[in-house]
Amino acid sequence: MVTGLIGRKIGMTQLFTADGTVLPATVLKAGPCVVVQAKTVETDGYEAVQIGLVEDKPIKANKATAGHFKKAGVPPTRVRLEVKVKAGGDPVKAGDQVGVSIFADGDRVDVIGTSRGKGFQGVVRRHHFRGGAASHGSMFHRAPGSIGASSYPSRVVKGMRMGGHMGADRVTVRNLKVIRVDAENNLILVEGAVPGGPGGYLTIRKAIAAKPIRVRQEPPKKKGKK
Amino acid sequence: MGAMELVEQSQLTERPRMNAGDTVKVHVKVREGDKERIQVFEGMVIGMHRGGSRASFTVRKVSFGQGVERIFPLHSPTIAKIEVIRSARVRRAKLYFIRDLKGKAARMKETKRA
Repeated sequence: MVTGLIGRKIGMTQLFTADGTVLPATVLKAGPCVVVQAKTVETDGYEAVQIGLVEDKPIKANKATAGHFKKAGVPPTRVRLEVKVKAGGDPVKAGDQVGVSIFADGDRVDVIGTSRGKGFQGVVRRHHFRGGAASHGSMFHRAPGSIGASSYPSRVVKGMRMGGHMGADRVTVRNLKVIRVDAENNLILVEGAVPGGPGGYLTIRKAIAAKPIRVRQEPPKKKGKK
Repeated sequence: MGAMELVEQSQLTERPRMNAGDTVKVHVKVREGDKERIQVFEGMVIGMHRGGSRASFTVRKVSFGQGVERIFPLHSPTIAKIEVIRSARVRRAKLYFIRDLKGKAARMKETKRA
């Protein structure tokens, strides 16, 4: 059984529950995906599948890539990635279709994407440094301050937090709850935010470290006076 | 239809047409323990905030000399009913200036509803 899909972020909205509570929800268009290559223990040493996201616009593939897709008998896709296979269910073979039906309402999923790029940012924005006073003659506003001692060690220690490029990183958000799965339109609604802006490519996989969904328990009733 | 509309469509509920300047009665479901009752909040709509199922509106009333404003999600299931009582001629979409007005100045000239 395939444990993940490729999708795109559509945007965020709100959903009402019956008692009027508003849930923040992200709409993801996931799949339909095709299995481009099924990796097996015999040939590759491990079990996995390479899936590709089927999109409306056909892509141009070079000969090498086209040949890889031709082997599976599927048209070339822009985005490909490898996901793990869970034991059980029918064995997956190249050319198979995978859709959002691998997820169910209430499941926990991990969503991996590229966060929005923020450009070159200073230490206040990038590392939450506090900065100095704005006024009262303060001459220290948003500078990083000391980055280490002088003659010993005569260098800046590795990993010193400084200004630099921020965002556009691979970010994983774990254990998002699936509110609803719409198999007809290939949509998944998850509770909460996912990395990146609308239109960004995402990996949606079954949560690898899913916490059990907590059920609220009634506190035990206090006994009356003795 | 876009994917977003598809999702939001199921959330939409039938609401009367409202505009800024309308006086409305909002019937809100209030839960008290296991019981549910209806509470009416009556006041003037001072702003509509559109946006599919995320739309909301602000109602202002003056209660015992104290201005009270409530923002309701337009399609919330906690709103049982909205009644539009009167409409008034206003020249802007957001009537935030009314917060600074009192008494007679805060009245708006009524218009006939179509």
